[in-house]
Amino acid sequence: MSGFFNSSIGRKVAMALSAFFLMFFLLQHFAINILSIFNPDVFNEVSHFMGTNPLVQYALQPVLIFGVVFHFVMGFVLELRNKKANGIKYAKNNGAANSSWMSRNMIYSGIAILAFVVLHFIDFWIPEINTKYIVGDMSGLHNGEFRYFHELVEKFENPLRVVAYVIAFVFLALHLLHGFTSAFQSMGATAGRKKTLQNIGKAYSIIIPLGFIVIALFHHFNH
Amino acid sequence: MKLTLKIWRQNGANDKGGLVDYKLDGVSPDMSFLEMLDMLNEQIINEGGEPVAFDHDCREGICGMCSLYINGEAHGPDRGVTTCQLHMRMFKDGDTIFIEPFRASAFPVIKDLIVDRTSFDRIQHAGGFISVNTSGNTQDANSLPISKHAADEAMDAATCIGCGACVATCKNSSAMLFVGAKVSQYALLPQGQVEATDRVKNMVAQMDLEGFGNCTNTGACEVECPKGISLDNIARMNRELMKASV
Ligand code: HEM
Ligand code: SF4
Ligand code: FES
Repeated sequence: MSGFFNSSIGRKVAMALSAFFLMFFLLQHFAINILSIFNPDVFNEVSHFMGTNPLVQYALQPVLIFGVVFHFVMGFVLELRNKKANGIKYAKNNGAANSSWMSRNMIYSGIAILAFVVLHFIDFWIPEINTKYIVGDMSGLHNGEFRYFHELVEKFENPLRVVAYVIAFVFLALHLLHGFTSAFQSMGATAGRKKTLQNIGKAYSIIIPLGFIVIALFHHFNH
Repeated sequence: MKLTLKIWRQNGANDKGGLVDYKLDGVSPDMSFLEMLDMLNEQIINEGGEPVAFDHDCREGICGMCSLYINGEAHGPDRGVTTCQLHMRMFKDGDTIFIEPFRASAFPVIKDLIVDRTSFDRIQHAGGFISVNTSGNTQDANSLPISKHAADEAMDAATCIGCGACVATCKNSSAMLFVGAKVSQYALLPQGQVEATDRVKNMVAQMDLEGFGNCTNTGACEVECPKGISLDNIARMNRELMKASV
């Protein structure tokens, strides 16, 4: 089995598995965030649960961090290996004749997402870890109220942050427009080449990032 | 037709190489691309120069020897054809045409437009065969029932001529369409089952050893393949390797 994950195909399967995990995480993250538009109280409750539940904090969170790190490290590894396999560049190469822009630029859309992930960690994750595990305040309260919704709204006051988030989600959409079906193909499932799954992929790749954009804009303009 | 050709010239593997411009007049739209190159070589020889070296053999689209990256595409702008079957009517009078060798670290240039594709042969030697006794005691082909569907798909995979266009066009120089086809043509048939595990493991190992890249599923190979080999063959190879590895 270790031989398998050292082969070119094994690496692709590992890439796809981490991608599936990230796409599942994204769906869950979206489902929670969208609550902030419809019902701040429920959003607070769920955020508090996710932020303090030991299973989420000590089991799922490490897996998620590993998944993200694994995915982009493997992305870079594959990119470097592929560059090495490439040899001399063509003087004239018409990539658009046979493949989509998204499929040829996964590394660039990936790097844009990575930049966002770093910003996002600084914005939300580090303060959260600081409050809970350094200051040691697990109450989730601020002035007697749940703090999560207010923190979210405050973050989106800054128009620069909103712009950065919007741009990042456009790149996420581009990444997923190829990545969603590609992951199925890497796993050996021809389903990714069938119309049904292509449409599901398109819907997912557009609706989820667009939804995140709507959330950011909503809180920016609504408060 | 009057053409400007920008052709990669490289005097042997260790030469640096570069594009050289040629003017060619009187090209007929009915010529094949290789006939156009023959005409150019005649002109070069008459002028006392060294003719452009390029690969070819059958000139009827079945051997896979002809190669060439023409105006940014493997085997040129036409679909489902090799360079020998590409016709000059695909171009316009006055066009400038870039002619480069297939590029990949695993396809080093031998001279000018000729590249060394023996890495493909070594992948085949690693497992692209079935071991049967052919000394006259061969079983009647029809004694093994094979579904029409499996037979068709195996035949489709077997039409791969090993030209290397898939590698040349791939941004990762991945050979997975070729290897996927060569694995699939046996994976679909009962005769291929006996050695199935070793076949896929050894062929993929050899493919990696030769320095081909990792597939990103861009699908460029399938579009440029002169034989229309389907990406489904890559998925099948991935499944075969997973099966063989657990
Ligand atoms: C952290 C920054 C990220 C980087 C640098 C990155 C990079 C890459 C690269 C280079 C590939 C192509 C892999 C290949 O050619 O085999 C890829 C594939 C993929 N990525 Fe990302 N990515 C990132 C984040 C994400 C995120 C957050 C998601 C999903 C929510 C995602 C989903 C996918 C999918 C679905 C694939 C296709 C997998 C496959 O082809 O097997 N990526 N990523
Ligand atoms: S899969 Fe197609 S492009 Fe690749 S070697 Fe075979 S015939 Fe040529
Ligand atoms: S020369 Fe044989 S396929 Fe072109």
